[in-house]
Amino acid sequence: MIWTNAIIQGVLTGGLYALLACGLSLIFGVMRIVNLSHGDFSILAAYGVVALAMHTNLILAIVLVLPVMAFLGYFLQRGILNRSLSKGALAPLLITFAFSIIIQNVLLQIFSSDNRSVQSGRFASMSFKITKNLQIGALPLLTFIVGVLLTLGLHYFLTYSRVGRALRASSDDPGAADLVGINNKHIYGIATAIGLFAAGIGGVLFGMRTQFAPSFGPIALIFAFESVIIGGLGSLWGTLIGGIVLGIGQSIGAQIQPSYGVLAGHLVFIAILIFRPQGLMPKQKGK
Amino acid sequence: MEISYVVSRGTRLNKVLPFIFAALLLALVALPKVLAIPYQVKFVQAFILIILATMWNLLAGFGGLVSIGQQAFIGIGAYALVYLADIQGINPFVSLALAAVLCGAFALPLSFLVFRLSGGYFAIGTWVIAEIIKLFVVQVKTLGGGSGISLGAFSGMGRETRIAAIYWSALVAIFLTLLSTILLMRSKLGLALTAIRDDETAAGVLGVNVLRNRRSVFVMVSMGFGLAGGLIAMSNLRVQPDDIFSVNYSAIMIFMVVIGGLGTIEGPIFGAIIYYFLQDRLKDYGTWYLIILGLLGIVIVSLAPEGLWGWISRNKFSLFATKYRISQMSKEEGA
Repeated sequence: MIWTNAIIQGVLTGGLYALLACGLSLIFGVMRIVNLSHGDFSILAAYGVVALAMHTNLILAIVLVLPVMAFLGYFLQRGILNRSLSKGALAPLLITFAFSIIIQNVLLQIFSSDNRSVQSGRFASMSFKITKNLQIGALPLLTFIVGVLLTLGLHYFLTYSRVGRALRASSDDPGAADLVGINNKHIYGIATAIGLFAAGIGGVLFGMRTQFAPSFGPIALIFAFESVIIGGLGSLWGTLIGGIVLGIGQSIGAQIQPSYGVLAGHLVFIAILIFRPQGLMPKQKGK
Repeated sequence: MEISYVVSRGTRLNKVLPFIFAALLLALVALPKVLAIPYQVKFVQAFILIILATMWNLLAGFGGLVSIGQQAFIGIGAYALVYLADIQGINPFVSLALAAVLCGAFALPLSFLVFRLSGGYFAIGTWVIAEIIKLFVVQVKTLGGGSGISLGAFSGMGRETRIAAIYWSALVAIFLTLLSTILLMRSKLGLALTAIRDDETAAGVLGVNVLRNRRSVFVMVSMGFGLAGGLIAMSNLRVQPDDIFSVNYSAIMIFMVVIGGLGTIEGPIFGAIIYYFLQDRLKDYGTWYLIILGLLGIVIVSLAPEGLWGWISRNKFSLFATKYRISQMSKEEGA
């Protein structure tokens, strides 16, 4: 029963990792940029909600912060990152790493290094009893549902919507996309906007579940990255599966000994890298 | 008038410079005789920074391998030094060399793992490896666990002798890393790396074994990072897992290399010296100092990607003659 519980909790945590990871995956998929500040943007959103929730209610704070994240993404992409794309693969990496350093230290300056959390009141401790020994927390369940819904939403958005098609076109061949009238720079801005919007959702839910500090961005990035690699590059559903596998690995590790949780997750990642480097659900060639 | 071309390494400047470098080296060797201890400590810090910048540049600028996880080897080097010198009782200076060798030996099998990732994912992959190694080290009681371990090997030595000895070790280390970097870049491997840096696919088509060359440079720089880590342990007399495996090392290395000039040997050296004075001035400002470094980094990458050295030299001259250059001359002049 302990193990069933560990696996279920791991699956639910996996939804959170998928939320943290899908924006990373999208930004890489469209522009081949690995956003090293992705986790820091998640934490930034969580702090934004903490700051706003002091003055208004939680839902309103979240509704206000998420569009700001999207705008921030759009403007950073158009203002800074687009220029770096022509300067080789190194420039965008260095710039996003600089974003990471800047965000962490600005947050440190404003909020200090004390642990914070997004207060969701009674909701945080609510749970459903499945059997005598098995309970599912409302918050982890919500996180998981949001993770699945966002993956589903992004999937349909990319497959069927006009902007989604333009995103895929820019990703496959920017030159040809330009020829058929797609403004690649605008499309790149939108990709980063969606990416940071998703990172924001992940960050807020992360902040509701655990305490966080300005230095937590990198660890969020690492979990997101591991989910992407475990799932397989370029596949949204793969990222969700990757997140779930990572979550299960961590919760089983933590069940063995609490301090082994994160380490066990890393070992799952290493094992995938050794035995199945293309990931569990790699993008099919030619699709 | 017939035009002929001359291929040469370096300019006339490079005929004079070796003598200046030799004089500089002699002066640096004699330094502890004339300079007070606090200044010797400062030199050691600057040397460590130059080694780190040079190694990171060799990896990213020439090897094309952008890693943000090289603190793994800094940490292994530091812990290896403490372990060998204190627990095994080996002479600390021999331990320093052994620590570097150990890092190289560790880097080789590791490269097979991380080379499965490319580009930005390689960068994060190496970082995860550094985190994993830290998590393992924290579990080891012999190495002090999470709170770290002190280096006791120098406890029988007077302060003055100790600092001078560390200074000379750092000088030997920086001399060896710079010399081997220059020799490497003049070798066949260096030529192959330059080709890979400029165009990976084209280099591969011309018969350059991209993977093997990259692996060689990865192992080589890991030894350099191990040396730097050992020196950090020597000068701090203490190793603490959260500090020595900190990703801030990567931030600092990237900053030094980018500000100085990526893909040149001179650039990172200047970048390291600039960074040394910047941090000396700005460290009282705490977090603002890192914010400024980040902003400065973005500005330089966006506006002057060739860095300070690229801007000064305009690719017309170099301090270390490693590149071939072709120059045009008429027949009359040429003879």
